[in-house]
Amino acid sequence: MIWNPNKECMPREQMRELQGKRLCKLVQYVYHNVPFYRHKMQEMDLTPDDIQSIDDITKLPFTTKQDLRDNYPYGLMAAPPSEVVRVHASSGTTGNPTIVGYTRRDLSIWSEVMSRCLSAYGVTRDDTFSVSYGYGLFTGGLGAHYGVENLGATVIPASTGNTEKHVRLIRDLHITGIACTPSYALYLAEVVEKMGIRKEELGLRIGAFGAEPWTENMRQEIQNRLGLKGYNIYGLSEIMGPGVSYECQEQFGSHINEDHFYPEIIDPVTLESLPYGTQGELVFTTLTKEGMPLLRYRTKDLTSLIADPCPCGRTSVRMTPIMGRSDDMLIIRGINVFPSQVESVILGMKEFEPQYMLVVDRKNNLDTLEVQVEVRRDFFSDDIGSMLKLKKTLSDRLKSVLSISADVKLVEPNSITRSEGKSKRVIDKRVLV
Amino acid sequence: MIIKQLSVFLENKTGRINDVVHTLGANGINMHAFSMAETADFGILRLIVSDVDKAVEVLREKNFAVMSTDVVCLSCANVPGSLAVVLEYLAEEQIFIEYMYAFAQADQAHVVIKPNDMSQCLKVLEAHHCHVLAKDEL
Repeated sequence: MIWNPNKECMPREQMRELQGKRLCKLVQYVYHNVPFYRHKMQEMDLTPDDIQSIDDITKLPFTTKQDLRDNYPYGLMAAPPSEVVRVHASSGTTGNPTIVGYTRRDLSIWSEVMSRCLSAYGVTRDDTFSVSYGYGLFTGGLGAHYGVENLGATVIPASTGNTEKHVRLIRDLHITGIACTPSYALYLAEVVEKMGIRKEELGLRIGAFGAEPWTENMRQEIQNRLGLKGYNIYGLSEIMGPGVSYECQEQFGSHINEDHFYPEIIDPVTLESLPYGTQGELVFTTLTKEGMPLLRYRTKDLTSLIADPCPCGRTSVRMTPIMGRSDDMLIIRGINVFPSQVESVILGMKEFEPQYMLVVDRKNNLDTLEVQVEVRRDFFSDDIGSMLKLKKTLSDRLKSVLSISADVKLVEPNSITRSEGKSKRVIDKRVLV
Repeated sequence: MIIKQLSVFLENKTGRINDVVHTLGANGINMHAFSMAETADFGILRLIVSDVDKAVEVLREKNFAVMSTDVVCLSCANVPGSLAVVLEYLAEEQIFIEYMYAFAQADQAHVVIKPNDMSQCLKVLEAHHCHVLAKDEL
């Protein structure tokens, strides 16, 4: 179902006109309310009057995560404190966390865009929906929560942790949908199997998975094990939280709520704008945000945009699955390696659990990559020869995908830490001097 | 007489064998024989235990990758040349031994053999009146 056909199916020309109008207003707003942007524009000899249509967006300065950290905590806030009704913060492991603030109108737009996502997945008022993103400073929990409420379905604020209790609730409360990270969905499937519950006993039919990149193989795996259909949901706290883009029934790219979040693709090195269809770094401008609006925020996510009309009827631009993050990218012996590439190889082999860890190190001035994988119990063999063959098959496949050789290490079942939130898949031990 | 052997996948990590042995001991499972095969990063511990099914169950609970494998346990005299005679019978019939381990006690030696062709192996041993141990003889 389409929640807001007026916006989601708006003719392209009309959408661009709306975006242009909103951009002009936004630039006026930040110029007069955020000294950071005013100074940046003045340095570039720009005034708000130089922005007349959406095409002028390329004249505007970029914003980076570092800018958010440098202006910690409230430097980029445009609305006065009295108008800010909620604050979220990112899980910054290094340096200052990034703080985002929302006005009442921001929150209502957030619920609106979340409702569009959920409707596209097929969620209706009759569904009971479990939100298993972390509740708290992370935007995932509360963002999805109010979206479900706004749509009129019943929300179960399960959050993360206490997974066995959660599984019982899924069964006993007839929960039909769940929002969580794809890695948590896999963990949940493991717990369900361990508890001896068949997937048919659970009535799950819809999964809204996001907050970390995932692959098509991982989708198949989750769908098979939980008996639901998994949809991508994309978002980032700097822009809003979950609900920036979403898959429809076609599952061919995620529709961007571009009346609120204007997407661009740039070359992460030259910063030049790239045309539709070209892969590069995704950049968003928050067209309607009041609390902490951002101009051309560099997400570091690598994707490409599709502008062709979608058979589902929506006209909005779609983004292809995130193939990695420009800052998650590992450079090993001079070759770019994305954890997602390793993941797709491992998930393509039924002999391994969908859990892995990459350990990068430097020995004798040479980068090494170790890939730890768990052998599935059913595929453990008493024959050393066949275990070594399995190891070799994986390392050959990794080599053909990554173009560098990886040292495969078979580890015991359940020895890789399962995550309930965003999973940590890389340990980089290299000390660069 | 086929004997069920317990095989456990182990990472090369200090204390892992101890975890297995401790779990078996705590559940009253006795070990009659075992051998350890190792590679650069993992090993396979093979054991003949008093209760294979229970051993599989308790080790699975502790998340070990385990399986039971069919082997034969042969008894021969603990004198020079006695094993050579038996192995000659097997070689003559083109039976390949994937692995084996043995232990001798007083005048008897016990040999655990994993042949590539179990039924053929048993047939050959029987034809030559070799003493193959049954489960309750362990």
